[in-house]
Amino acid sequence: MSNPELICPAGTPAALRTAVDAGADAVYCGFQDATNARNFPGLNFTPDELRESVAHAHAKGAKVLLALNTYPPAGKVDLWRQAADIGARLGVDAFIVADMGVADYIARSHPGIRLHLSVQAAASSPEAIRYYCEHFGVKRVVLPRILTIPEIREIRKEIPCEIETFIFGNHGLMVEGRCSLTNYLTGQSTNMDGVCSPASDVEYARHGDGSMSSQLAGFTIDCFGPGEKAGYPTICKGRYTAPHRSEGYYAFEEPVSLNLSRLLPDLIDAGVHAFKIEGRQRSKSYVRGVVSAFRRAVDDIRAGRQANIADLVALTEGQKQTQGAFETKKWR
Amino acid sequence: MAVREMTKLTLGPITYHWSADARRDFYARVADEAPVDEVYLGEVICSKRAPFHEADLPATIERLERAGKTVILSSLAEVMLKRERKATGDLSAMESPEIEINNAAGLFARGRRPHRIGPFMNAYNEATIAWMAGQGATHVCLPGEMPAAAIAVAAQAARELGLGVEVQVFGRASLAVSARCYHARAHGRTKDNCQFICADDPDGMPLRTTDDRPILRVNGIQTQSESYIDLLPETGRLVADGVTHLRLMPQSVDMVAVASAFRNVLDGTIGLGEAEVSLRDLCRGVRFSNGFYHGQAGYRRIAMAETA
Amino acid sequence: MSVSAGASTLAQRPGQAAVSRLACLLVQPLLSRVVRKIARNHLSLFARLGPHRSTDFLIDPVELPFALHLRPDPQALVLRAVPRDAAPRAGAVIRGRFLLLLELLDSEEDGDAAFFSRDLEVAGDTEAVVRLRNALDDVDGSIAEETAEIFGPPGRAILARLRRAYPSEPEGHPFP
Repeated sequence: MSNPELICPAGTPAALRTAVDAGADAVYCGFQDATNARNFPGLNFTPDELRESVAHAHAKGAKVLLALNTYPPAGKVDLWRQAADIGARLGVDAFIVADMGVADYIARSHPGIRLHLSVQAAASSPEAIRYYCEHFGVKRVVLPRILTIPEIREIRKEIPCEIETFIFGNHGLMVEGRCSLTNYLTGQSTNMDGVCSPASDVEYARHGDGSMSSQLAGFTIDCFGPGEKAGYPTICKGRYTAPHRSEGYYAFEEPVSLNLSRLLPDLIDAGVHAFKIEGRQRSKSYVRGVVSAFRRAVDDIRAGRQANIADLVALTEGQKQTQGAFETKKWR
Repeated sequence: MAVREMTKLTLGPITYHWSADARRDFYARVADEAPVDEVYLGEVICSKRAPFHEADLPATIERLERAGKTVILSSLAEVMLKRERKATGDLSAMESPEIEINNAAGLFARGRRPHRIGPFMNAYNEATIAWMAGQGATHVCLPGEMPAAAIAVAAQAARELGLGVEVQVFGRASLAVSARCYHARAHGRTKDNCQFICADDPDGMPLRTTDDRPILRVNGIQTQSESYIDLLPETGRLVADGVTHLRLMPQSVDMVAVASAFRNVLDGTIGLGEAEVSLRDLCRGVRFSNGFYHGQAGYRRIAMAETA
Repeated sequence: MSVSAGASTLAQRPGQAAVSRLACLLVQPLLSRVVRKIARNHLSLFARLGPHRSTDFLIDPVELPFALHLRPDPQALVLRAVPRDAAPRAGAVIRGRFLLLLELLDSEEDGDAAFFSRDLEVAGDTEAVVRLRNALDDVDGSIAEETAEIFGPPGRAILARLRRAYPSEPEGHPFP
């Protein structure tokens, strides 16, 4: 049986320390700019904070993975290169990349540091993954959340690198790295700016009947009844009408989070090397709760015990969870 | 400075599930009447649709080439299933006509043989374009959300490497693709049991916000903009910035007339104002947008005066 | 953009305005000491606030007789108790049960989860709220405990009593 690593999110140095204390094998994080896909206000690391955080993580035996997983627009490539250079100088253990130009730069300039292929590269076939492995020496691929476990097992047989899969958190619906929905409504790009439903464009309005509507750039994304559980104001989790669906429905997906806690043994058996927890934008409380629960679960499975997964539903979006595509292709 | 070739008009691949008859009629008319130089064929969105029109491809290619058009076959944007991997591999093995690759699986299969880079390949910058050129790319279609400043830098870099540079100037923007089929979902079905309900919406299925504002279009696994991109007023700047090919995406409007409007503006045979008026007449009830190009929300329409 | 505190749905009972004003007077000296101390101890907090150091936040613990007005400007820090009917127009409003707000302050609760469950309500400038949340989340240890420490054993006793007086909902916390 493989010994899967637990890859945990950190939006701040305090969250990184929390993740390490809770049992993370590795923590992923990013700088305070467009070079990573969680470029949210008040989040992420300065170079000084990253230096201290790397030292802290390494002292406790945890790795630090730096997300450089956005796509530089022409004319701004230097920002990504400088971020890679800083990361290399500070001793990060791997870069998580999506853009071929960024991957090529790191492969040539910092050949000693591992490259992981971000989910933002949307490599969902053995051929696509092998392209990145053969050309840039990618050591691990983060798989899109669209594959069933049998499909992951098949991919594993055909690629020369490790596999990382998401096991908990935001349930990405669209092929990552190919989504301009946010830019269409707000003028800020997920791929180029690292932004998804930016808070600056989000507005919540409470109505007289106790309902609450969420708007993005003035477009109504959803409206929740007085007691109804809410979700993020992301376009792909919005409620819309279609010509034959005048009542309004979740055209893409309901507010729901991925939770694969029950599938961990199957994923290990399929040859997955690393489990990723989504949520750099979440609080220390989330990091502490989710990381420690999955730490116990992975350790239990490794020791041949039945994993007792704490109920993580309270931390999920819309307080609903799904196993998504991993469970059945009917999800598609 | 090298002498600039005449800017080419291209017709992108049909993204919708038009019937075989509709496609035959459409391309027959394009061959006979549309002032486009290059035509992209092939199924880019959903591998389940391909069998419906694959049989007609050789005849369509022949028809278009006889009319003097360059034909390029486009590959799938999403490659996951066995049939998608096989389709991508088969396409990449072809020597002619030209091929446009929309997924890294296609790049892997193609190796260093010449190919075009499609809009789903995320060629956002000069470093990536240089990498791709080194691997055999001869032409790059830039992502639809790139703003003017980045287009200019990317185009210049691509031109210096000898690549053609293409930008979509008309039609709905592709905003997202997914493994899930939203057409099937809207009708309570799954992708495997979709019964090709997407054929009912030849210009996409409109989604409106719950307070009745038009927002998006669903096309199978693809999500598109409600508005049509219209960069007719920006063609001058695009060409000046080094863009060599302007892409028109097929919509359910008179595409021959749309192509004529762009061709006439490029040739200077009619004024921009007049061409815009005729384009609006051709697309009644449709909103136009150019926000992405101007670095603003994609759905927005930035007036000429503001761009000057 | 600014939001009026009048959006609160709590009806004013007779005499409540007077109680509210008295409570504000009593609590204000404590708040002033607290905020100065925390600002001294956690300078990096202000960097994460970015431009929202000059934003007026209204923090509205629904069951207390007053709300809190916060302007996290390191040069002119404001944290004061205000009666709801005399609250300033705020750039952002954060509303919830007192203990929930206390737990969010200390990252014992997850703000997104509280929002999903509708226990937490935000209005006005969402970016300001997100920045404040992220800034506070980067603070190690407990700001509530730190506050209590300022007042020594009586402070700790008050905190303990507050926590008993305003208990979390029983099903609220998934992790023992």
